[in-house]
Amino acid sequence: MSAHREPVEAVPLEPRPGRDVDYAIDVQGLSKSFGPNRVVRDLSMRVKRGQIYGFLGPNGSGKTTTIRMLCGLLTPDEGHGTCLGMDILTQGRAIRRHVGYMTQKFSLYADLSVQENLEFIARIYGVPDAKKAAGEAIASLGLEGRERQLAGDLSGGWKQRLALGACILPKPQLLLLDEPTAGVDPKARREFWAQIHDLAAAGVTVLVSTHYMDEAERCHEIAYIAYGELLAQGTVEEVVAGSALHMWRVTGPDPAGLARELMEVPGIELVAPFGTSVHVGGRDRAALELAIARFAAREELVWRPDSPNLEDVFIDLINRSRDNFR
Amino acid sequence: MNGVAASLRRIGAMIRKEFIQLMRDRVSFASMVSIPLLQLILFGYAINTTPRHLPTAVLAYDQSSLARSILAAIENTKYFSIIHHPVNEAEAEHLLRSGQVLFVVEIPAGFERAVRRGESPSLLVSADATDPVASTSALAALGRLVETSVRRERFNVDDAPEGSGLEQAPPPFDFRTHPRYNPAAVTQLNIVPGLLGTILTMTMLIFTALSVTREIERGTMETLLAMPIRPVEIMVGKIAPYVMVGAMQAAMILGAAVLLFDVPVVGNLALLTVLTGLFILTNLSIGYTFSTLAQNQLQAVQMTFMYFLPNILLSGFMFPFAGMPTWAQWIAETLPLTHYLRMVRGILLKGATSADLAQNIVGLSVIMLVAMVIAVKRFRQTLD
Repeated sequence: MSAHREPVEAVPLEPRPGRDVDYAIDVQGLSKSFGPNRVVRDLSMRVKRGQIYGFLGPNGSGKTTTIRMLCGLLTPDEGHGTCLGMDILTQGRAIRRHVGYMTQKFSLYADLSVQENLEFIARIYGVPDAKKAAGEAIASLGLEGRERQLAGDLSGGWKQRLALGACILPKPQLLLLDEPTAGVDPKARREFWAQIHDLAAAGVTVLVSTHYMDEAERCHEIAYIAYGELLAQGTVEEVVAGSALHMWRVTGPDPAGLARELMEVPGIELVAPFGTSVHVGGRDRAALELAIARFAAREELVWRPDSPNLEDVFIDLINRSRDNFR
Repeated sequence: MNGVAASLRRIGAMIRKEFIQLMRDRVSFASMVSIPLLQLILFGYAINTTPRHLPTAVLAYDQSSLARSILAAIENTKYFSIIHHPVNEAEAEHLLRSGQVLFVVEIPAGFERAVRRGESPSLLVSADATDPVASTSALAALGRLVETSVRRERFNVDDAPEGSGLEQAPPPFDFRTHPRYNPAAVTQLNIVPGLLGTILTMTMLIFTALSVTREIERGTMETLLAMPIRPVEIMVGKIAPYVMVGAMQAAMILGAAVLLFDVPVVGNLALLTVLTGLFILTNLSIGYTFSTLAQNQLQAVQMTFMYFLPNILLSGFMFPFAGMPTWAQWIAETLPLTHYLRMVRGILLKGATSADLAQNIVGLSVIMLVAMVIAVKRFRQTLD
């Protein structure tokens, strides 16, 4: 039990000239290929300590690969950087001591009880009194009375809760959460996010990947990644403003048919049906208005100017990056 | 009619899908080809239940030409192959106990003179009878040797005392055979100690081969790797419990061997315990190596089975080791069970000492080290 506890304090963060911000994640030019597929290309990102950083992007865009590189599970082909002030290329084990990583798939031991799972993790991390630590975690998770239940028998929401509890038990400074709320009901999601905000308030940095736009808006900052490339980064307002998109909303009968029609019109770059209306957008304001003018004769259509939301911005980003990589 | 056609179409779709999956799983496909091939080669070429050219030592206190021609006649039976000429009884005893030879032929001093005088002296043949299959037919051949070739050939004609008729004369000499270690030729005495080795091989391999692949399959390996634990620590932690399981199994089988099957414990039980521990560790290391190679639990089981087959067929558990061709013996020397069988039979039945078993101890240790190094090297620290 003489666990070699790597002292994080012994590796001070190098102060950068002209910069007084303390970054939990600071990586430059990360690239990773699997065979011929370049999964992540030239990715740079900075996450301030104590922030909730949302990591968004379509399936297969390289989110999981990036997270695995940050905690040393994958070695980047190119690039360098630090995680909690430690080199991601050489100090992987020391980083792992202070990082909580929650995988996409539930990956605690299904055939161990709640208590046994938590005790196991506490012992691996060298927490002094593993039994007590597990008991405290169970209490704070609200899992009292279920200590002896097998983790595999818990419902989806409770599994997710237990997985997060296991992650934060060793008191990490950085949490890497890979799509933690996939398949979880809205109430559990809301509670989950409340907990994330509490942790951030206590100084923990959280990097969380998600597909949900409403979750992106709960983050302090977001990054959008598609085809392995970081396309946008900043606060939600900054990302939306940076898109330079102009939007209109059109309401009328047969929105699906209308959307197909609109897609063919030059000047319209973005068409997204939303219920009974269609979101129409483009970056060239004049061209967009000219295109809309063509539909002026159609009296059944009601046009209203609108502002872009995060989803519009992301779909526009995907469309454009797809053009770049084809 | 329409219903039949539709049913056939669905069956066709199912068959197509099964074939695609079958061809995609390379290990399954490989085992489909290699298991029949392996069995054909091993049973067809390597295994021989009436083994010939058995390793024999000659302790010659008489260097006469008569002794030499008798030895030549012994070799001519094709059952014996004289490979050692020990200088004294102790050395001969060591050769027999360590299993390097199955027979020791002792030619007493003054043998030729005794034959000439018509004293009908005896040649002492000590046989390692732990495996009755290996020794029985060879010993039977010795009996025929006196009756036929010896009587017909020169010994009798040249050296028989004057005046006696060939037919009535007592044989000029005889073989006194001494089946050692298992004089009653009880099969259990050979099989039960061997079972200790095969059972340990099977259980230890399966348990560890599954242990890593299970973590990968269930996704817990990713969590494990993201935690501050070293690969060696994972390996030691995974192997240690099975060392205890193996020790328990060994104690159980040994107890049954002594109490139910009357297997004697001639040698040192402490030595057997230590060597059994070594054998268990070796099997666990090999199982662990398999689990780092296999992609899922099914593949791990298939690999274990493909490994188990030559172990059980070539090690000397089912068929006499000495009866196999040289190439098969060389393969068998790389299998841990071969070495362990010599240890466990040697200690229990023959009272073999660590000096007698030195070669096998070294062999088993080398196999264990190689397996451990491969296991640690193969175990991926990252998901790369």
